[in-house]
Amino acid sequence: MLSKFNWFIFSLVALVGGLPFQAHAQMAHPWQFGFQGAFSPSAEKLHEFHSLLTVIIISITLFVLGLLIYVVLKFNRKANPVPSKTTHHTLLEVVWTAVPVLILVVITIPSLRVLYFLDRVEDADMTVKIVGHQWYWSYEYPDNDDMTFDSYIVDKEDLEEGQPRLLTVDNALVVPAGKNIRLLMASGDVIHSWAVPSLGVKLDAVPGRLNETWVKVNEPGTYYGQCSELCGVNHGFMPITIKALSEDDYAAWLLEAMEEFANNDNDNKPLKIASLQGKASVWEGSNE
Amino acid sequence: MSDHTPTGWKRWAYSTNHKDIGSMYIMYAVVMALIGGTMSMMIRLELAEPGLQFLEDLHFYNVLVTGHGLIMIFFVVMPGLIGGFGNWFVPLMIGAPDMAFPRLNNISFWLLIAATVMLILSVFIGGGAGTGWTMYPPLSNSLFHDSASVDYAILALHLAGASSILGAINFITTIVNMRAPGMTFHKMPLFVWSVLVTAFLLVTALPVLAGALTMLLTDRNFGTSFFAPEGGGDPILWQHLFWFFGHPEVYIMILPAFGIISHIISTFSRKPVFGYLGMAYAMVSIGAVGYIVWAHHMYTVGLGVDTRAYFLLATMLIAVPTGIKIFSWIATMWGGSITFETPMLFAIGFIFLFTVGGVTGVVLANAGMDIMMHDTYYVVAHFHYVLSLGAVFSMFAGFYYWIGKMSGRQYPEALGKLHFWVTFIGVNILFFPQHFLGLAGMPRRIPDYPDVYAGWNMVSSIGAAIAGFGTLIFLFVIYRTFTAGEKAAANPWGEGAKTLEWTVSSPPPFHSFSEPPQFDAKPEAAE
Ligand SMILES: [Cu+2]
Repeated sequence: MLSKFNWFIFSLVALVGGLPFQAHAQMAHPWQFGFQGAFSPSAEKLHEFHSLLTVIIISITLFVLGLLIYVVLKFNRKANPVPSKTTHHTLLEVVWTAVPVLILVVITIPSLRVLYFLDRVEDADMTVKIVGHQWYWSYEYPDNDDMTFDSYIVDKEDLEEGQPRLLTVDNALVVPAGKNIRLLMASGDVIHSWAVPSLGVKLDAVPGRLNETWVKVNEPGTYYGQCSELCGVNHGFMPITIKALSEDDYAAWLLEAMEEFANNDNDNKPLKIASLQGKASVWEGSNE
Repeated sequence: MSDHTPTGWKRWAYSTNHKDIGSMYIMYAVVMALIGGTMSMMIRLELAEPGLQFLEDLHFYNVLVTGHGLIMIFFVVMPGLIGGFGNWFVPLMIGAPDMAFPRLNNISFWLLIAATVMLILSVFIGGGAGTGWTMYPPLSNSLFHDSASVDYAILALHLAGASSILGAINFITTIVNMRAPGMTFHKMPLFVWSVLVTAFLLVTALPVLAGALTMLLTDRNFGTSFFAPEGGGDPILWQHLFWFFGHPEVYIMILPAFGIISHIISTFSRKPVFGYLGMAYAMVSIGAVGYIVWAHHMYTVGLGVDTRAYFLLATMLIAVPTGIKIFSWIATMWGGSITFETPMLFAIGFIFLFTVGGVTGVVLANAGMDIMMHDTYYVVAHFHYVLSLGAVFSMFAGFYYWIGKMSGRQYPEALGKLHFWVTFIGVNILFFPQHFLGLAGMPRRIPDYPDVYAGWNMVSSIGAAIAGFGTLIFLFVIYRTFTAGEKAAANPWGEGAKTLEWTVSSPPPFHSFSEPPQFDAKPEAAE
């Protein structure tokens, strides 16, 4: 409770002082107003574009609010007992049609740029295939002998110091920082959505389809996300953790991981079926 | 006049009178709103703090989310605005004696009751549908929802859809054929315009939903695989069909609201609506463009980038007619002689809150930007600003505006204003912080959330409690209106209220007009 309160005070101070919010960059922090930090080129582009959008939408909202306040003060019955009869003003009507069109053009041009930038990468350094399941993710490395492992939520009781609840997994997706990584999404059962806000990635994992996007993690670190498409009872309990390592660390991890996960084979995993009686305990202890 | 007024239960069960049916729709919407609202209170209670406090059964949480969505859309806003106010005031405003097909009108209402029974059955048989109101397969397929719950939910929507289609046919026929002499389309009150456009949307969009629902039903029960990838089907096909209906559906809910707000703004500003024709055609164009923007609900499903670029551009277009409406309302007030009775407070509140929901809609229209927002609380905040604060505010506005006309008794003004302020403050505390949660990345439809989101969730839940208290005030307003309300005059609002419903007594006689009223006053389009 006390720490919550402290955060509140800190947020207020920061807001008033105009401090940039960068405390726990990889995940959200309490009383946050805006995005998490940006740690990929995609996220950086999105942040930049969102700043433009924020300025525009706040201006529009304040403009409308200002007009409403003015009208209420100036044209209430006391201030203006005799109503005017005006019902047309052609110039005005042209202006309030044309100006929004101009604003939309100002928005649309950078918007399309961002959209096409985010779509996919031409020269990927490596590929990771991500498969959604009820209720865990599995990660495949087709470039490395199809190495495969599953990533389950870590239950509250098993969390170690500093690991965030509902975001920590047993086996994080590990990637090298600074590399262009092609991400392929698929699903083994229902639709899931793989999302990591601080990396500017969100794409549905749809059964029968292979979706593609990409990510480049700017610097080593741990980044968090959650399944973002309702997928059944434990939809809220299939988080995403992605660790970016320096090139050397990644190489070392890869050697170890290929040994550890050598016998995993994603193809003959039984399809898990949604349990209608699902309780909070379903995900507990489901680590293999 | 020999009215042949039926009495007792027959008056209601067999009713073919647009006013009685309208009243039943409104009472029905209020009851369903209490149910749907209770569900949202349970959701906010669970989300007040991180961890699982009240709901042990996580499937039940999903059932709540699904039920809240379905009830509020199909069983509160649609019946309230279209079945309720539409039935009551479209015939009155155009000077018609009743709807064109009175018996059809009766069937429409009772089909809705049948639909409600189906929906309730879906909760009690097999534990309920935990699919979300969008019912995306494969989650809604029999493999993942193997009880009959989803089948009942599908049948509920089928019946509700049939009810709406019949109602819409009735409205179109009535409006096209039964206007008073002299009332051309370009002199029709804006609420009638809004219901006409809405009815066209219903007649064209709902059959697509019906088709998709039938395909889902046969997928679930008869071995077809329209949406099942293992049989060559595609789950994304469902989403295309669903949103081809679902996006017009959004306008189905908000266009009648636009109509109501226009009348209230004009009445209490004591000025005719500014730019009447622009207002009417803005609604027509919003309805038309509404058909070609559906995939903006699907930016993250893996559509090709050019497809998304198209939907981005098309969606942006909607901001233009919407802007025209907002500015025309303000221009209507400009130069007016405004008084601030409860309906006007709700109408002004509507304009501002709809603007907030509108500008976040512009943010969401950007396919790239949507990657950050999709399926987060930002979207939840956005559509509650346009619906919960938009459509619902217009329903309250309409209720206060017309309750004197409908019941013959005027609501207590001070209580009405209290209701407005408590609700206005409550819903803003409830929904505004959800923008922050969404920007920070909190997904929607989850029963528990990472601890960092605790602060704003608590604030949001406190707002829900305030809004819930506002609802109690509203119930008290209804109670006071019917037990102690003053007798309402034919026109309690004075010079500004110019539409035809104010020319008949409050409440109007069982048959409102025994002969068509002469319409040459041109109330809306006074040049
Ligand atoms: Cu999932």
